[in-house]
Parts: sequence; C-alpha cells; structure tokens
Amino acid sequence: MFKRIATSRKARLSFDFEGHRLEAEDGDTVAAALLLAGERVLRSTAVSASERGPFCLMGVCFECLVEIDGIPNRQACMVKVLPGMRVRRQRGAARVGST
Amino acid sequence: MSEYARWTRRSADLWPEFAGELAGETGVSPHYYKAGGVHTCLSEEELQARTNLIERMRQVHGPERYEARVLDRRELAEMLPGLGEAVIGGSWSPHDGHASPLHLLRALHAGLLQGRGRYHADARVTAIARDGSGYRVTTAAGVFAAERVVLAAGLANRALAPMVGLSAPVSPLKGQILVTERAATVLPMPTAFVRQTEEGTFLMGDSYEDSGFDTASRPNVMAEIARRAARTFPFLRKLQVVRAWAALRVMSGDGFPIYEQSRTHPGAFVVNCHSGVTLAGAHALALAPMIARGRLDEEFAAFSAGRFDVQAHRDVA
Repeated sequence: MFKRIATSRKARLSFDFEGHRLEAEDGDTVAAALLLAGERVLRSTAVSASERGPFCLMGVCFECLVEIDGIPNRQACMVKVLPGMRVRRQRGAARVGST
Repeated sequence: MSEYARWTRRSADLWPEFAGELAGETGVSPHYYKAGGVHTCLSEEELQARTNLIERMRQVHGPERYEARVLDRRELAEMLPGLGEAVIGGSWSPHDGHASPLHLLRALHAGLLQGRGRYHADARVTAIARDGSGYRVTTAAGVFAAERVVLAAGLANRALAPMVGLSAPVSPLKGQILVTERAATVLPMPTAFVRQTEEGTFLMGDSYEDSGFDTASRPNVMAEIARRAARTFPFLRKLQVVRAWAALRVMSGDGFPIYEQSRTHPGAFVVNCHSGVTLAGAHALALAPMIARGRLDEEFAAFSAGRFDVQAHRDVA
C-alpha cells in the first residue's frame, strides 16, 4: 500500500519490531518505517483494546503510540528510527511501577 | 486551629455518604474512594515535621479517634509499588481518600439543576442592596432577588463582602500541577504529592508561590515538582507529562476557612476556603443546612473574620 518515493540514496539501517528485524532509511520516522513494512496496527486502546494505527502522521492524533526501548506511549510519527532501536506495540495503558 | 482540624475530619467522615448521595441523585460519580492516604518524606526534617503534626492531631481528636501513624520505609514500600529509594519514611492515615475534582464539579452542577437551582455563567456581581427583608444582587446577567445571599466567589469575596457588612481578607497563593499520560493502575491510594486518578493519569504537585494573580506555568517550579515526584516514584520518569497548569488558592491570613453571617445584613453569608474538595462533604451536609436555617452553629464563631482584627484594649468612658 505504501511505497517509498525514490529521491536521494540514504543510509540503510535496521531496527527491531516485536522481535523482527526491519529495514529503514536514515531519516525515516518509526511510523513511516512500519507502514512501509506493512504494519498497520501499532497499538490497542486502553479502554476497549481495539486496534489502531498511524493516522495524522504529524503528532496530533496519538493513534500511532508504541513502546520504544522500554519507554511506553511514544508517538511513532514523531520519532526517527535509530539503528538497533527496539519497538513494540503499545498494548492498552502503559504499565509502569509494578515490574 | 482545633476547630478546623475537627471540621476537616468531619468532612472526611461525611464524604462516603456525600459521594453516595451525589452519585445516586445525579448519576455522576465523583470517583470517591477511601483507601487511606500517604504522605511521603524525603528527609529527616520532613519526617520529623510530619511526626510532630500527627502528634498534634492525635491530641486534638483523641488518640482513639485518630488513627494516622508514622511508617518507616519498609512499611511504606509494602503499600506503594515502585516507591523510590529516596523516600525515608512517611505517614499513613485511614481517614484520607481521593475524589476527582472534575467529576465532583459536574455532579454538583447536575445536583443543583435537579434541585431546580439555576446556574448563571458570566454574571459578575456589581452591587448588592437591601430589598425588603432580602437582597437585590445586580450582575452582568441581570438583577436577582433573594432572601439569602451566600458569597462563595473565592478571591472575589474580598470585594463583595464589604457590600453586606462583612470582610473576607483572602489573597491568592499560587500552586502548580503536572499531569502525565494515562497508565495502568499502580497506586492503590493517593499520596500528598503524587496521586493516580481513576482514568490512570498521575497528578503531581504541589507548590506554594506568592505571586499575585499570575497563573502561568513556570519551568523552575515545574522542574522541582517533577524532580520530587520522580524521586518518590522513579517509574514516573517513563511517563510523559501531557498537561501542566497553575491555579490560585484562596488563602486567609491563617490559612483556615471563613464562615460568617453578617451582623448588619442578616441573611448574607460569606464562605471562603481553599480546600473545596476536601470540605465538600461538610459544606453540603453540615454547612448548607445551617445557612438554609439562617444561623450558623455556635462553634462557627471561630471561623469568623473577626479573628484577623488586631485586638486592642481601650478604656470605656
């Protein structure tokens, strides 16, 4: 569904999503990289656990929340991919404190 | 002031009944729960001050009626998951609880409307005048006539009270609050500085600033609140702050409420306090019936504004 518009060649890098290795280009946001990889569902809601994915891609709708390197509720559309980053879906409310 | 200690305790005791009534009548729950409350201390000085306060309260209420006690770090850590190493001890009181101010306000408005009350927004009072046995209140939204007038305008009471022969020497004391995004429930009870709401957000604060009517959020104070909260519960560092605000407490000279009926204008009352949520139970179930009856109980003399007047002796000729 999504395809990259070829512009300039940028450095390739890889990161981890739910235990899988995914490829991205330097400068990609986490949301863009995941959409390009075919991942449509990035979180489930805190109240009804219904599935959600990136929508506004500009930091407003909070539908693309993921856990990045152990930090919950990061906006995938506002964070650029870094090599080796570990990304997981945000399932329901963030869990802090008890673990 | 021992009268205040008893009054605020009475409100805490009335809250369960008050919350039940509100929810039953309006269908809006103030999210009240009485799980007790904790005060965490980060230094020996804080712990000593806390210990002294609890001892004073024990004397006011009588040891058998006041069950708050000082806890060491280990006891606190068993009650509060994720407690930081910086917390050296604190206190726990079974009399404390938590309510949502947002839901409480909505429930009170709903209750007012159900009781055939009316709420007029944008109705700033410009004058209060006698009208037969009652009063005429002139506002930006029209003129209202009533047998009784209760001044409950917070800091604006300072200007309104003299219109009916009362005084309300109150001034603003700024407090700032930070709110995080929602998280799964962790804290089983509120603490004085950090609490988790029913929806999952964490509220962090407070602060005390004498800066007039300024209600701007200021980074230095916000940073101090965040630092203390993160030392108390280090897991908060993982959560993002989504809102911050400042508001003004309505403070009298000694910090205690002012409740008084005017001597020169019977039927006109002044009501001022800065703990409107804590005192809501006593205001609704104890104070309001007194105002409706037209007379405050004897012991309320302690809350009259006359206590702020300088007492001077003079010879009577």
